[in-house]
Parts: sequence; C-alpha cells; structure tokens
Amino acid sequence: MTIADSTQSLRRQSLRQASIPRAGVAVLIAGSIGLAFVLFAVTPLQGDADFVVVAALLSVVILVAASWTVEGRRRAIDRFATSATMLALILTLLPLGFVLGYVIKRGAKDFNINFLTHSLAGIGPLDAGGGVYHAIIGTFEQVLIASFISVPLGLMVAIFITEYSRSSLATAVRFLVDVMTGIPSIVAGLFVLSFWILALNQPYTGFAAAMALAILELPIIVRTSEEMIRLVPAALREAAYALGVPKWKTILRVVLPTATTGITTGVMLAMARVIGETAPVFLVAGNNFFINNDPLHGQQASLATFIFINARASSDLQVDRAWAAALTLILIVAVLYVSARLLTRRNALARR
Amino acid sequence: MAKRIETVDLSCYYGSMQAVEGVSLTVEPKSVTAFIGPSGCGKSTFLRALNRMHEVIPNARIEGTVLLDDEDIYGPGIEAAAVRRTIGMVFQKPNPFPTMSIYDNVAAGLKLNGIRKKSELDGAVERSLRGANLWDEVKSRLNKPGMGLSGGQQQRLCIARAIAVEPQVLLMDEPCSALDPISTLAIEDLINELKDRYTIVIVTHNMQQAARVSDVTAFFTLKGPGEPGRLIEVDATQKIFTNPSEKRTEDYITGRFG
Amino acid sequence: MASITTADTASLRSSSRSARGDAVFRTLTFIAGAFVFVLLGAIALFLVIKAMPAIKNDPTNFFTTTQWSSSAYGIAATLFGTALTAVLALAIAVPVGVGVALYITQYAPRRIATLLGYVTDMLAAVPSVVYGLWGLIFLLPRMVGIDHFLAKYFGWTGLFHDPAGGLNTFPKTIFSASIVLSIMVLPIIAAISREVFRQVDPVQKEAALALGATRWEMIRTAVLPPSRAGVISATMLGLGRALGETIAVALVIGNVNRVSGHVLVPGGNTIAANIANTFGEAADKGPLIASGLVLFVLTLVVNLAARYVILRAGTEERSAV
Repeated sequence: MTIADSTQSLRRQSLRQASIPRAGVAVLIAGSIGLAFVLFAVTPLQGDADFVVVAALLSVVILVAASWTVEGRRRAIDRFATSATMLALILTLLPLGFVLGYVIKRGAKDFNINFLTHSLAGIGPLDAGGGVYHAIIGTFEQVLIASFISVPLGLMVAIFITEYSRSSLATAVRFLVDVMTGIPSIVAGLFVLSFWILALNQPYTGFAAAMALAILELPIIVRTSEEMIRLVPAALREAAYALGVPKWKTILRVVLPTATTGITTGVMLAMARVIGETAPVFLVAGNNFFINNDPLHGQQASLATFIFINARASSDLQVDRAWAAALTLILIVAVLYVSARLLTRRNALARR
Repeated sequence: MAKRIETVDLSCYYGSMQAVEGVSLTVEPKSVTAFIGPSGCGKSTFLRALNRMHEVIPNARIEGTVLLDDEDIYGPGIEAAAVRRTIGMVFQKPNPFPTMSIYDNVAAGLKLNGIRKKSELDGAVERSLRGANLWDEVKSRLNKPGMGLSGGQQQRLCIARAIAVEPQVLLMDEPCSALDPISTLAIEDLINELKDRYTIVIVTHNMQQAARVSDVTAFFTLKGPGEPGRLIEVDATQKIFTNPSEKRTEDYITGRFG
Repeated sequence: MASITTADTASLRSSSRSARGDAVFRTLTFIAGAFVFVLLGAIALFLVIKAMPAIKNDPTNFFTTTQWSSSAYGIAATLFGTALTAVLALAIAVPVGVGVALYITQYAPRRIATLLGYVTDMLAAVPSVVYGLWGLIFLLPRMVGIDHFLAKYFGWTGLFHDPAGGLNTFPKTIFSASIVLSIMVLPIIAAISREVFRQVDPVQKEAALALGATRWEMIRTAVLPPSRAGVISATMLGLGRALGETIAVALVIGNVNRVSGHVLVPGGNTIAANIANTFGEAADKGPLIASGLVLFVLTLVVNLAARYVILRAGTEERSAV
C-alpha cells in the first residue's frame, strides 16, 4: 500500500469538550434582552416588533460569539443554525399574531349583531352604522353556486384520474389540474370577463363571480378528492367486483361513500380558500351597497369586495367597517377550517 | 487505536417504557463481540446506547454508565458528536447518502471534521475503500452515485464511510440482515480483517454468523412481551455455543425458543 | 342444477347491462376530464381574443411603454414591478420558510411540531384582502422606521437608496408590497418544505449523526441534499403566487408606473395591482385583459417549471408537493 496509514489532519480530539451549559445559554439570552432594553431606552429604536427582532438578533450574535470562543467552530455553527431556525419561527409567528390580533382588535369595534344584519343602504361615507348583511348574502351565494358547479365536476375529474388512470389522457389531465392550481385568481376573473361579460354580452352579476370562483375551486377539489379516492382500500373495490357489481356502481356505491368525509373536508377547504377571493369577484360582480338576493341579475357585493372598497376609503367610519368585515370573514373562514378539521378526525381513511 | 467498552448497570428507556435492564458487560479491544437473542430483547437498543445514538430517538434515555477506556461517555462535558465519531456505527439497512457519489459518501465524515485538502481526502477514501474490500470494485467509478451499487456493496460502502473517520470502536446493527448470502460472506470476511484494528460489536439474528465471526458472544433475552431485555450470559463464543452456563442460553442456541 | 343455470344466465345478462352502464359512466368521467383541457384552452383563447385588438390598437408599443392611460398603455413598468416585488418577497420568504420547516421537522419536539404546523398553515388561511387591509392600515405607518434605517445604512446598495431617507409617512412602496407578499407566500414555502424534509429517510439522518455530525451538519449532509428539488419547486410555486397576487399588493403599492430599482421610493406598480386599481374607470377593458394575458403566461411558465423540477426529481418528492 502506497498510501499513508492514517489521515494526519484527523486530530484526535478528546470526547471531552468545553461547552456552555443550559444555564449559561439562559444567562446569555437574558443579557441580550437586557441589552436590547438599554438600546431601546437610549437610542431612537422603538416598537414592539422591532424590540423582539432586535433582542432575538442580539441573542443570536452574542450566543454564537460565546460559543465560538468556548466551544469551537463546529458547535458555534450548530448553535447559529439552531438560533436561525428559531428566528425564522419567530418571524413567522410574529406577523400571524399581529394580523389576527389587529383584525380582532380593530374589528371588534363595529362587530355586532346590527352590523351582521344590516346593509349599507342609505348609509353614506360619513354616517355611522350600516353593516355587511348584503355582502354576506353575496359571499354565500357566490361561493355556494361556485361549489355547485365545481364539486360534481371536480369529483368526475377525480374519478376519471383515479379509476381510469391507465389512459395517457388521465395523466395529462392530472398535470393540467396541477397547473390550474397556479392560475392567479385575477386571471380567472379576467377570463370570465372576456368570455361571459364581453364576448357573450352578459351583465355583471354574482353568478359571473361564482363562475370565476368555480375555476379556482376546481383544482383544489380534484386534488383532495383524488387523494381521498386513492385511500379507499383496493380490497373493498375488489370485494364489490367479486360480487359481480359493475365498475360504475362500485364507484358510486362503494368508493365514493367510503371517501365521503374526506371529500367533504376537501370541499370545505376549497370553499375556505375562495371565500376570501376579492379580485375576480370585484371584476365581474361589481359592487352594491344594497341587498341583492338575486345572483342572476344586477351587481352584488361580497365580504371581500366590501373590505377592499372600504379599506381605502377616506372616512374612518368606512375603515372601521372594513375591519369589522375582515373579522366577519376571518370568523367564517375559521368555522370552515375547524369543521373541516373535525371532519378529518372522524375520517377513518385519512387518519394515519 | 482500538479501545475497550465497559457498561455498568446500563438500562435503556423509551419514554416510560424500559427496553433494557441493568446490563453490565465488557467488550475487549481488537475483538469481535456478538449480541444475540430473540427479537425485542433490546440488543439493538443496547448497542445504540454504546455510542449515544439511542438518545437520538425522542424521549429515549439511559441510566447507568458506559465507559470507553475508563472515560464515561455520558459524563458531564462529553460531546455526543465526539463519542459517535470515536465509536462508529453500521446500520441494518445500507444507508449511503442518496445524492452523493461513492467518493463523497466515504469523504462525508472527513469533510465534517474539516478536512478539505484533496490529496488527504483522496488518500483517506482509497484507504477506507480498500479497508472495506470495495476499492477494486469501485475505483473506476468513484464519481458514480453510491445508490447505484448492489446491496452488499452499499453496505461495504457504509463500512468504508464509518472507518474513514478512524473510529476506535465499530458497532454493527445486524449489518447483513438485508443482504444475500454471498454479500453476507463478504461482510463476514471483512469483519475478520477489521478486528485487527478495531473493537467490533455486532448484533445479529443469525446464530451461525455469531459463531463464525465473533470471539465473544453475549446472549440477551426478555421474560415476556413488554418486559425489558436482560443480559443472560456473556462468554467466549466457543463456550456459548458448545457448553453455555445458562439453561436459557442453551434453549435458544438449540432452537427450543426464540 | 336448473336453478344454477338460471342464475348463470341472469348474471350474464346483467353483466352485459352493466357493461353498458360502465361505458356510459366512463364516457361521463371522460368528458369531465376533457373539460379541464377545454377550460384551460378557453381561458387562453378568450384572453387572447380580447387582448389582441388592445395590443394592436395601442398607439405606443405595448411591451416597452411604461405609462398606463387610455391613450398610451404598456406593461414595461408593471411587469418590472411584478417581477421585482415577487423576487424581493421570495428573498425574504424562502430563508424564513425553509428555516421554519427545518425547525418544525428537525428541532421541535413532535407534539409542538404538529401544533406549529397548524399555526404556520393558518397564515395561508387568512384571505389576501385581509393582508391588504392590515398592510395598509397597520404595516405602512410602521414601515417608516424600518425604511429610515435601511435608507440610512444600506442606501449605498442602490436597492434601498431613498433621497427622502425613508421619511415618507405612508410608504406605499415596492418594498412594503414585498413584505406583505413575503408573509403571504411564506406558508406555501414552509408547508411544502416541511413535507419534503419529513420524507427524508431517518436512516440517512442516523448515518450522518453516527459519523459524529452536529445537528446542523446532519441537516446539511442528510436532509438538505435530497430535498433540493422539493425546495426549488416550493420556491417556484411561491413565486407563481407572488406574481399573481392582486388585492394585497393593490392596497399597499404606490400605483406609480416607473422602472426603478429603488424600492423605498414611493411608487411602483404590478400588473395585477394595476388591473385592480384601474379597472373601475377603464372604459375599454381590452388593455387590462392584455396585461392579464401576460401575467397568465408568466405564471404558467413558472408553474410548469416548478412541475418539471418535481417530475425530474422522482416520485418520492412528487407526492409532497
């Protein structure tokens, strides 16, 4: 053997290594936070979020520096990586907390039963009162119609992809559905505008908005239904075939019922995703300050467009209404998500 | 290079579940020690406690002492990473890094230790691959992915990767259980060569294998499901397989249970 | 014996009927599948039909004009703004999202990890208009200090150059839009990265640890390399989302068509925000549809690229995205 017998640079380091104990880490972090306090007291730095970020950054820098001198390069890099991922977590939780907290804080001002049961009919920009009843009606009608269109269609597509998966068309459809998830919502709105309103000369209505929302819901429903159908055990299917049940009956009577909870969850998540869509609704349903129960005639408001229009309004009363509407919208989304989650818990198939 | 491992009253836990109870055992340097016993007897868990891989599993912990040449590897100020570098490990399933070439797999541990010089890496890679009896088979395709090798070659690649950082002890957790008989033979031959330089501990399900490769055999078993595993007997392999002191060992060796 | 024979013929007869049922059902689902093709085709077709006259009738060049009015309109500035806000947003969201995903999958205890997974997913559940409202009312006034800081100490980079020194009291800027966007794409990147990291075989991680790797070295050796394609496609899907986001950006961006890399100077615009902001007063929707068509093509290319990366990476990672 011409090569050396061992790697010279592989230093025989001892198992024992100087390390900063947990208590030491705690002291360093506490010191950094203290230093941040001092900084905020004597320099122009200010703000709660800024304090959290500055304190966190100081902690990382001081901890890593201490680690480098005491524990060496490798441990210092490791500590830096750990701190960096924790910093990332803080940077994620911070905006979430600020968004939700601020929506609740500002939204609570106008949010009451009166707000939910009245429209903006006869309410000017400088009038107090008024509410989102007309927008809630619009939102629900649009989302329900969108679901009525996209759920059966999406289910059929999902069945096509899963049950006839051997055809190359199924593969292509699956790919296109994936691509569809990436279509910006405003493009869906522009399509309905071009096709329905401009080419077919139809009016701006809630139904037009529902069509745009249906396009956005479709890929979500296909994807979740597809997953749920795939989870149905093959043995169940084979048992039905063995009894001489034809394929279409097996799918309708055995596969779909088994996957129902999962599919319902998917539909609710899809609804939660599109219920806050603004751009497409704004483009093809217009806006309305009055109650319009008819999705087929006349412009219609939705909670999302209500927020959008009032957010940039000049009067504080309008901005307050936007916040209360945002709270309403977030509560509806939350209800949808929580019900979807509760359903999943009951879903024997998806529980892994 | 090779060092002695000694455990004193070592117990291993997964949360509140005790997997191994009170094992005291000495593994002599430059020897092969085999752990045998029925499934679930805690031999793998015990093995993983010897280089602090046990604690990688959430909530897993140990009680007792593990000494590496009289140094407590669980002692205060001891670095788990340094322990693992000193006590290398080969796993049940060959697990080369899937995105890395053969060369990079062997060099991985060295690079972690700050060795960057090409000439040094080249030397260490060749030495380790030769040490793992793999050099001649792969020297022309060192830059091909490690996953492209056969199962037996992958396992020898993992051994090369483990010995590249020049550990003092090599732990092998059923290294042949996923391999065909010919690859198994190759690994067994390799173990025989490696014991000139390393202290080797091997967990095996295969009693013939234990008889073939080991100098000392330790037999573990458990009283029943849910009970912790215990060390029943440890002795020269020759003696364990011909004239064990314990009835339970004999029953297991002769295939009466387990 | 006779009864068995009857049963046999009966089942044979019914099976021919069931074959017809199968054929009908098969055709129905086939039509549904084909509809997806038709729909995507129709989207492209109608956008083109309505966009072409607008592009042709534009007295200036549609692709090189920066201004947007009824007499002369072009996407040079909005396309630039769209790309710049999206790239800046990703520059913030990718490290943070990957970091969170690493924390949740590699550092946090399992119970907390599940909880944190839910919590980060909640960011994706907040409607974009709510982010817009929040960005406009809450974030913009608080950006003043940050902008001031960046302009003062990092103005020399050019990116944060701001003659006003960040002293604008209501900084409707490219940078503000990027911050809001980064919060919105963060959960997408975090969720996909999390799935990708979770699918790394634990034996690879143990192999790295057994070589004496620290936790970070374990991540670098065993977790990140096999996750590369997944993280890249997560980034691209986030990019697609950032490019097309409309309302949140419309509320916080300055609505000044300008091609400038100084992201702290009030102004800037994106294609989607321009559509939302000028839609009401636009008598001719053609030019807006034309700009939407460009956005559609842009997001389509990005999404196709993302899918291509996943496809090439192989099946294990595909299931995660």
